[in-house]
Formats: sequence, C-alpha cells, structure tokens
Amino acid sequence: MPDDRELAGTHASEGLLVDWVPGTAAVDELVVSRQSESLDSDDLLVKKPLGFLFWLALGWVGLIVLLAVIADLLPLANPNFQNYSAINAGPSVHHLLGTDDLGRDLLSRVIYGSRVSLIVGFAAVTIGMVIGGTLGLISGYKGGRMDTWLNAGAFVLLAFPAIVAVIAIVAFWGHSLYKITIILSVAVIPLLYRVVRASSLSFANRDFVVAARTMGASSTRIVFREILPNVIPAAVSFGLITVAGVIVVEGTLAFLGLSVALPTPSWGNIISEGATNGNLQVNPYIMLWPVLAMFLLLLSINLIGDRLRQRFDVREGLL
Amino acid sequence: MTALHRAKRGRGTLEFADIGQAHDEPLLKVEDLHTWFRTSRGTVKAVDGVSLSVDRGQTLGIVGESGSGKTVLSRSIMGLLPAQDVVRSGTVHFAGHELTAMKPDELRQVWGAELSMIFQDPMTALNPVKRIGRQVTESLRLHLDIDRAEATATAIELFRSVGIPSPEQRVRWYPFQLSGGMRQRVMIAIALACAPRLVMADEPTTGLDVTVQAQILDLLGELQRERHMAVILVTHDLGVVASRADEIVVMYAGRIVEQAPTRTLFSDTHMPYTRALMDSIPRLADPSGVRLHAIAGRPPDMIHPPKGCRFAPRCPYVQDKCREIEPPLRTAGSADHLFACWFPLVNGVPTAPTDHAGAGVPPTPVPSTPVPGPAADTAINPDAEIQSP
Repeated sequence: MPDDRELAGTHASEGLLVDWVPGTAAVDELVVSRQSESLDSDDLLVKKPLGFLFWLALGWVGLIVLLAVIADLLPLANPNFQNYSAINAGPSVHHLLGTDDLGRDLLSRVIYGSRVSLIVGFAAVTIGMVIGGTLGLISGYKGGRMDTWLNAGAFVLLAFPAIVAVIAIVAFWGHSLYKITIILSVAVIPLLYRVVRASSLSFANRDFVVAARTMGASSTRIVFREILPNVIPAAVSFGLITVAGVIVVEGTLAFLGLSVALPTPSWGNIISEGATNGNLQVNPYIMLWPVLAMFLLLLSINLIGDRLRQRFDVREGLL
Repeated sequence: MTALHRAKRGRGTLEFADIGQAHDEPLLKVEDLHTWFRTSRGTVKAVDGVSLSVDRGQTLGIVGESGSGKTVLSRSIMGLLPAQDVVRSGTVHFAGHELTAMKPDELRQVWGAELSMIFQDPMTALNPVKRIGRQVTESLRLHLDIDRAEATATAIELFRSVGIPSPEQRVRWYPFQLSGGMRQRVMIAIALACAPRLVMADEPTTGLDVTVQAQILDLLGELQRERHMAVILVTHDLGVVASRADEIVVMYAGRIVEQAPTRTLFSDTHMPYTRALMDSIPRLADPSGVRLHAIAGRPPDMIHPPKGCRFAPRCPYVQDKCREIEPPLRTAGSADHLFACWFPLVNGVPTAPTDHAGAGVPPTPVPSTPVPGPAADTAINPDAEIQSP
C-alpha cells in the first residue's frame, strides 16, 4: 500500500493532521482509502461501455466519410459516364450496385453523391454552431436586454417554416454548394442558439460560476472556461442530430431540383432521378441505394449523438 | 507565502496598503451598509444599516437565523450582488480602498487576490467538468505572474497544506471523485491560493457531515493563524463560532442586534434574541424526550418590518415600548459590547422597564433557564448611545 506511506508522510511533514481527533479523521481517510486503490484518475472514471451499436454506427459514418474523401483514388467508374450498353443493369461484378437509366455506375454516383451531403451537413452545422453557439453562450450567461432581443429574434426565425424560406432563397439566389451551405447554416443558427443558450442559462448562476467570479475571473473567462466545458456535451450531441436534419433538408432540396446542379451527383439528386421517368417501377435500385445509405447515415449519427450525450453528460447524481 | 505576496504586487494596477503594520486602521470597515432589493411586492430591506469592522488576522462571526440577512451582508460587503434591482448604500473600506466605489474590473483585482470567499456547498461550488488542480491553477495564474509548471507546483503545495493526501495525483482528479470534506478542502485551497487578507466563509460547513465540520473549521483556523488573515465566518450555528470567533455579530431582520467579543457575548448576553439562539442549541446532556427549544414565530417580512423593535413580536419579554420605538444599538458597561434592546437581559433576567409604571417587577413569562444573579440595572446605562466602532 504505497498510498499509506504517502499519507503518513503527509502527516509527519506538514504536522497539520497530527492533532486531529482520530475518530473524525478516520471518516475522510476511509473515503480516501476506498478511492486509493488506484490513484490514476482515469481508472476511477466509471466507464459505461458505449455498446456494439455505437461502434457499428461510428463504423458506418467512418466508412461513408472515408469513401467520400478517397473517392478519386478508388477504382470507380466516372459517376457521369453514360454507358449505353449497360442501362438499368442490376448489381453485377462490373457494376456492384448496378447502373441507372442512363447507364451510370450507381456505386460511383452514391459515393460521389455523399460528398455533397456530408459537406453541407457538417459545414452548415459547424458554421451555425460557431455563430449560434457563441451567441447562446454569451446571452445565456449575461441575460439582460441583449438576451431578450436575441431570443425574440430566434423565436421569429424558428416560427417561420424553414424549408419554405430556404426554397425561396435558393430559388432567387441560386444553388451552388457553398450557397446551399451558407443558407442552411443560417437556418440552423436559431436552433443551435436556443439549445446552447438554455444550457448556458442553467449554469449561469451555479455556485461554481459565482465562485469563479469571487476569484476575480472576467466574464469572458467565465463564459469560455467555466460554462463552455459544461455546455459542450449537450451542444455536440444536439449538433450531430442537427447534422442529420440538415442532410435531410439538403436531400429535400435536391429532390426538388434546388440543390447542386445536375449532373453532379448528390443523394437527393439520385433519389429524385430514381423517382422520375417511371424509374421506380423499372429499376428500384436507383432510389434504393442512396435512400439506404442516407437512412443508415442518419440513424448512425443520431445514435452516436445520443450515446455521446449519455456518456459525457454530468448528471447531478454524479456531482 | 512572501514570494506570493511579492509576485502579486508586481501585477495589476491597484496598490494595497499594508494594513495593521503601519497604522491602526482596521482591515475592513463597513459603515451604515444598506442592501435593498426591489421586487414586484415592494422593497426588501435585506441589510438595513450595518456597521462593523474586522482587524487583520481577526475572526468575526456573523450569526443569525435563515433570512436574517447575514448571507446578503457578506455578499454585499464583497460587492457580489445582482446588477439589477439592487440598492446598496453605505461604505465598505477594505485595505485602503473603497469597495463600493470600485469599477467591475478593479473589483476583479481585489477578488481572489485580497478578498476571497469559501462557499457553503462544496458539491456545487466546484466546476464538475474540470480537474481540481486546474481549478486552483487558473486562479493562481489569474493573479500571479507565474507559468503553468510553477502554478501546478503551488497547487500541489496548497493541496498538501489543506490536508489532501497524495496531492501530486489528486490534482488530476475531478470533483465527483472526492468526498464532501475533501471537496471543501479543495474549495479552501482555491480561496487561499493567492494569500488573501480576508476570507468570507459563508456557512462553510453546513453542507458537510458533522464529523467533518470540526476538521474543516480547525483547518481553516490553523491556516488563518499561519497566514495571518482575517476571516468572516457566517453561520446560523452559535456553536460553530463559539470557539473560533474573536468577535460575534448577531443579526436579526437585516440589522445587528448584538455585537460583542465572543467571551462577553456568551457570559453576558443582553439581547433576548441571542439568548433564544443559544437556547435553541440542542444539548446532548438533555434526557431523551425533552422538547427542543425553538424560537416561536418566524422572521419578519422584510418588506414591511414591524414597527419598533423588529424582534418584539417573538420576544418573550416584550413591553409596550418595544412595539413602539426601535431600540438603537448602544453600549453598556464595556464599550465593545453593543446591543439593541430597551430591556436587556442581565444574567438571563430582563431588566425592569425604567419608564414604566410597574418598575422593578420582572415581566412575565419567566425565562426558560433562570439564572439567579445580582439585581438587574446595575451595569446597564440605557441612555448610552451607540459609539462609533
């Protein structure tokens, strides 16, 4: 028991604990000795396993991201090459997922199409989180007039049906990848603002924040060093769920022909093509693959977000 | 510690007078402090004209029931009040500076460095997602001009001095891994990190197990002597301050009702409220089944405090005069014993009303624990007005 020696050393060298009443000192020592089996802090964290499903979900998201990143290095057919000798071909060795009504390789199209969904989904939420999250943190902590106005503004934006607004703006402004990203990031700002603000507000008057103030910490320091670490779990898990939402909205826009211009593949575009010209009856694979990929991706992202929240949420019971 | 002091001087724009060495000015001098909260129901006069002073290295106990204004008083002295709907008047003079006149960024140089606070509940006063070592080093690095490694070494030293075993490993722990007593030790380490001159301890042991309470208070006392810092100990428990405070202030309804050196307060209680507080301390020696003493009634509504003496509605010795005219804080006999009562207790017996028809007759009811003693009004001079402290 090396810890006992250290304890004894503390007693002797400091002389602080010497005149303690033995009976009362025993209480803390009991607690200490129970915890002291290992003093390595990380071993003490009770690690609830994340579960097989979490790793499966993470694996799926990882696979999609990896394929999207290294698509150019893979031996894939050109996603826009129309092979008229293999129209509406079923899955085969040459075309693993088959081809569409113009003879384009569906595997290639689905992989290249994932780039649009992933970029729009993650970039829009990142931008939205930086702006909405920062505003939410500050307004939740500071309160006052700024909070009132920002909150009212967020409510107005939330009350407006986002998809209608996005369609209207896209129709007038145009629909390149970066414009879609900007528009969707603006659309998620009020959502993320509300969630982060609520979380920030719940910590703003906690004792440890007041304690930090009495130690002379400035507001900026309190917001970013005391409150932010507590808000992150909620923000990350909600952010992930928002990513899933944004991917769906991008798909919706693409389905309506309002996302990236054809023939650039995106999941929404491919789904849309699979539904037109009677393709659904002739070749359901066109729609099946992107729908399946998107469905599993959204499920995985939601599951990851949820599990992360469970894992990192500091509950009162633990305090 | 002297090294810390030197480093601290090197940073910040405020200069702090070395009180207590050059001249006899008290470290903290509060004069006529009022703290009112505006609410939709009316103005709550939580602190209503409090004056007190604390010398360097001294311990002042502030005692009172819940709602007597003691916590608001301590926060008001610090300047730690909500920005809106609060009226604060009076002066708080601390180490050569007027705290009430300070801007927020000036106040931040005082907080933590010269004046810090220990919180009631160590469960909530530590940030749950930050390692405890980090929580200490952050405030160290905020006020002292030291690098990360030096701050960590100082934090380990601090943890050792507050009796945390194996501090080298414990700095990497999170609050939830520690027991309540250990967490309060961490809180004390944080509060004392920058060697402040005055520490406000707002019910520092209320959230703790009784067995740990004594340890924490002893630790605080020891560190206080070692570092020669002043402590304001706010508590509802007279037992807690009895052996640890040099002077005790008893608050009721936002005002000081009795103030005396600890020994005097206990041996020669003048104010029936203080007496009632003492009687409410449960005694282990009492046979089981004995009813505990409680003060009848509740603290008054602070929006409409009662006319006359604020304790009158609950006082067992109340007289007509008490209900009409508010007694001033005055002295009798010794100059450092202040009380606000028209008919102060002497040896547990209320003095006879001097301006009343039935003079000399002890009012009813008889106090619960009558102590036979010399005739009342010998040491009392009811007309002596309050002397400025």
